[in-house]
This record gives sequence, C-alpha cells and structure tokens, in this order.
Amino acid sequence: MEDLVSHLAVGVDAAVTWQNLLYCFVGVLLGTLVGVLPGLGPVATIAMLLPVTYGLPPVSALIMLSGIYYGAQYGGSTAAILVNLPGESSSVVTCLDGHALAKKGRAGAALGIAAIGSFFAGTVSTLVVAAAAVPLAAFALKFGPAEYFSLMLLGLIAAVVLAQGDVLKAIAMTLLGLLLGLVGVDVNSGDERFTFGIPELAEGISFVVISMGIFGIGEIIANLERDHHRTQIVERVGSVLPTREDYRRAWKPVVRGSALGSIMGVLPGGGAMLSSFASYMLEKRLSKHPEEFGKGAIEGVAGPESANNAGAQTSFIPLLVMGLPSNAVMALMIGAMMIHGIVPGPQVMTERPDLFWGVIVSMWIGNILLLLLNLPLVGIWVRLLSIPYRILYPAILLFCCIGVFSVNNSLFDVLLAVGFGLLGYLFIKLRCEPAPLLLGFVLGPLMEENLRRAMLLSRGDPTVFFTRPISASLLIFAVLLLALLALPHFRSTRKVAFAED
Amino acid sequence: MPIKVINTPDFVSGLLFLAAGISGIALGSSYAVGNAMRMGPGYFPLILGGALTLLGLVVLVRCLKLGVTEEDNLLASFRWRPALFVVLSVVVFGLLAQELGLLLATVVMTLVSGLARTEIHFPELLGLSVGLAAFGVAVFSFGLGLTLPILPVV
Repeated sequence: MEDLVSHLAVGVDAAVTWQNLLYCFVGVLLGTLVGVLPGLGPVATIAMLLPVTYGLPPVSALIMLSGIYYGAQYGGSTAAILVNLPGESSSVVTCLDGHALAKKGRAGAALGIAAIGSFFAGTVSTLVVAAAAVPLAAFALKFGPAEYFSLMLLGLIAAVVLAQGDVLKAIAMTLLGLLLGLVGVDVNSGDERFTFGIPELAEGISFVVISMGIFGIGEIIANLERDHHRTQIVERVGSVLPTREDYRRAWKPVVRGSALGSIMGVLPGGGAMLSSFASYMLEKRLSKHPEEFGKGAIEGVAGPESANNAGAQTSFIPLLVMGLPSNAVMALMIGAMMIHGIVPGPQVMTERPDLFWGVIVSMWIGNILLLLLNLPLVGIWVRLLSIPYRILYPAILLFCCIGVFSVNNSLFDVLLAVGFGLLGYLFIKLRCEPAPLLLGFVLGPLMEENLRRAMLLSRGDPTVFFTRPISASLLIFAVLLLALLALPHFRSTRKVAFAED
Repeated sequence: MPIKVINTPDFVSGLLFLAAGISGIALGSSYAVGNAMRMGPGYFPLILGGALTLLGLVVLVRCLKLGVTEEDNLLASFRWRPALFVVLSVVVFGLLAQELGLLLATVVMTLVSGLARTEIHFPELLGLSVGLAAFGVAVFSFGLGLTLPILPVV
C-alpha cells in the first residue's frame, strides 16, 4: 500500500506539470473529437500524430497518445446516443438503449450517466493498473525467450478468438501481418528480406505508413461509397444531470461494468469493445425487467459505457508491464515508445519510473478533464456531429498525407501508404478484419527474435516450450481458447455478440 | 460447381492468402534457412509462408463446399471512383509538396479528393481547400514545426 502511494507520487510529479497537463488535455480533446466523428477512429488518429510526437519528451508524447484512446471512448458514446451512429466500435451497444433514451427526450440523462459511469470506471481502472503493475512486472522478469514467444502466440490466438468475424481469415491476416513485419534487414544475419532490392525497404515498412494506409486511406475510400445521409440529430438534449431514479438504477451496472471492463481489458484482443458487449449481455441477464432493454433502459448505457472505459485503460497493462500490445492501438503505442528509444518491457518501470507512473496518473487526470469536456460542453459536440462527411474526409486525407510525409520526407512512403490504402479497401471488401494484421506486423520481428533465442538456448530442442512451466501454461491456455471455438454454444454467442456490427 | 464462386469475398481472400503464402515460401527458401538451433533468415518466413498457404487452401475449399449467396457478388461491390480520386489526391500531394510547398499542395489535394464524390459543389470545395490549406500551415508549419516548405521553392 505504501509502495502504491509512493509510486503514484512519482507519477503525480511527472504528470502534473504545465506542459504535460496541456498534452493530456490535447490528447483527450482529440480523442473526444475522433470518438464523436464517425469514420475516424483512434488507430488512424494515433498513427497520424505519431510522427508529430518526435519532438516531444517521451512522457508527454505517451500521455497525449493514450489520452486519444480513452478519450475516444467518451466521444463514441455521444455519437451513439445522439445520432445512433457508433463513433467508435466500442459504442455499438450504447446505440441500442442510448438512442432509445434520446428519442424519449432523455438524451441528457443518457449522456450524463455515460460520462459519470465512465469517470467512475476510469478511476477504478487507474487504480487497478497501478496496483497490478508491480507484481506483474516482477513476474514478467522471470520470462525468458521461450515464455515471451508463448505469450505472444497466446496473445495472437486470443486476439483472433475474441475478435469479430471469420476466425480462419483472422488467423490468415495475422500470419500476413507477421510476414510483413519481417520485411527489411534481418538483425541476426544482416541479410535483406522481402525488399526486392529497394533501398527504402531495408529498414522495414514503417508502421505509420501501414496503419495510415489501411486505417486511414482505405477506410475513407470505403466510407465514401456508403450513403452519408445523416439520421435525424436529436435537437433537445435536456439536462445532463441524471435524476435520483437514474442513479438508483445505474450504480450497480456502473460498478459491475467497471469490474468486468478492468478484467477483460487485460486480455489480449480484448480492450474496450469486447468489454462493452460483455457488460450489456450481463446487465440484460441480471435485470429485473429485461424487456426494457433496447427501448431505453438506463442500465444498458451505464454498464457498457463504464466497461469500455475501464477496458480501454486496463489494456495498457500488458503494454506497460510486458511490452506486449493487446490490440491495434497498443501496437501503435509500442511504436511510439520505440520512436523515443524506449524498449517496451518489464524494465521500463524501474528504468523510467517517471514515464511509467506518469502515464498512469495522467489517465486519471485525463478522466477528470473528460468529465468537464463532455458534460458542460456537450453542445459543441452536438454541433460537430452535423459536419457532413464531404467536408470531413479531405481534412482527414490531409492529416494522412502530412503524417506519412513527415516520417522520412519521402515520396516512396507516400506511394507505399497509397498501396496499403488500396489493400485496406480490398480487405474491407473481402470482409477481412485488418486489426489482426497490424498486431501481427508489430509482433513479427519480436516473435522471430524470441523463437531464435529460445531454440538456440535449447540447442534446437523444440520441447523447451512445453517443459518450462510458465511457457507450457501459456500454451495450454492458448489451446483452451482455440477449443472454445469448437463449442457450439460459444460460437453462437460469439456470432450474436458481433452481429450488430 | 458454379463459376460465380470465383467472384465471392471468401474465394478471393483465399486466393490472396494462398498467393502471399506461396511467395513467402518462395522468397523464404532463397535465404539461408539454417537449422532449428541456429535459424537462418529464411527459417521463420518458411514457417509463416507454409501456414499461410495451408490456410489459404482451407479457405478456398470451405468456399467451394459452402457455395454462394446472391449478395456475395464481389466485383459488383467495388466503386472505382472514390478509390481512384482518393489515391490520386494523395499521390499528387506527395509529388507536389516538396516543390510547390504545403499551401498549394493542400489546395490541389483537396480539389482532387473532392472529385471522389459524384455530386460536386465547386464553390464549397474551393472554399474548403483554401480553409484546409490555411489550417494546415497554421497547425503543422507554425504550430508543430513541420519541415515542408510553405510556399513554392524557386
């Protein structure tokens, strides 16, 4: 306990400077913005801003980038409640009851409960991250290359099993990402791989280029062909302060959602979206009047909104503690750390305590800022929602162009990004989820490195992955996850859970 | 077996995975493979390529077994206009930015990207391009110190 307090004090020192408060504010402001605007998500935004953070101190950069991710959870709920459009994939379920409430003229109460629930969840999960960090990092220090390899394998499998869509295609996309990650000079031998003699590819494909292409340009092309007539925006928001009855009905879902989200966020492939689905199903099952769900039950907003915020924050645990990304946003955060010369892993906590605890404390500060941004200023976001896509997409394209260009000032990167943009469009048409590809892309070189080291240490004996207890347990867990897919009950639940997408 | 099955998302993704897997194997085997203890640069790509080839085949076979439904027409689902002009606008920006500077490159980029839609409202598009150019210079050049020139380099 004393340790926790002293750690948080280090974090407060690092996070509460004028500069870092400013970057935290910019981060959550941008996060709310992209959360509100459909067609632009945190992955593309963080990718666009990565090159811009070159010049910042690493603490400020990470504080700002993480603010975008959890800020997007707040913004996503606003769009879901007011226009029935999930600004963020994690707000899909909020549409159901949030928009129903808005149609009844209770949009304000729904927004209020969503923001207050998210704040509560943010506070709880900040403490969870802080409390879990030290023991987990101590545990992670016992990890050798075999354990790391097994852990990454588990992470990739979990990401596939728990994600939406076709499992076979998701596995294939992961493998494709792993292969793409190997492009460039092999560190061990110095040989160039998959570069086709192109010197620009020797250092590998920049993940800014790949993510901006697929999630920025590809996404825009796909959005443009859909009809963009906006559904009626709710004019009357009403008071954003929920009634006593709302509080009475919502506090339990908020608490349960926070707990559920905190746990599910840690799972690889989990994070915000899965948490909100799980919470909605849980609340519906526990409710005394399940028939109200979908017609404006405040519990259906309170639970999932708390859960997605908690999940967004605890998904930082595997990243900060072990240097492993659990979803596409975290994969970009690894990139951000590497840009600043920080090798992600359990040593970050001891070598850069200011950075580690500073980011954690900033999450809580960010949540306070978000509460202020979202409740009194909700009118501004409502107006932003009426910006048509034809104005929006050239602006997003400009950010993509500048983002890609500023990595190396090279035309080659721009062309490569365009190529990945077309590929991203093709993936959308082929109904292949691109997030596992990005995860594989980031993990590819790490997996290969650890596989090589593990096999070298074991003198070429592959049983090492099964004879070391931690590694074996991780692999057993991975097999169990795959076995889940064979269960007919799980398959149908999985289908239902993602059907609304 | 209907010919139409070739024109479905699943079949084409299967082909794509198969092609990527086979190129992974082909290229991977041209590098030193080494052995299990001292893996060469070709070892891991070969594993990945092999797995991807296998999955591609599975996806293809599954596709042939399941058959097609009406809404699966892949080719008809493509819209060429947005793809063409979005791509063109980014390429144009990349070509122009170094010489013409950020201001003009942004204007041209916005105008080209506007063609991606079928209903074009030119006065609005022109206004948007000027607005975005001013915004881009203010935020990126003055605010964030982007190294691109602002005005044409003479």
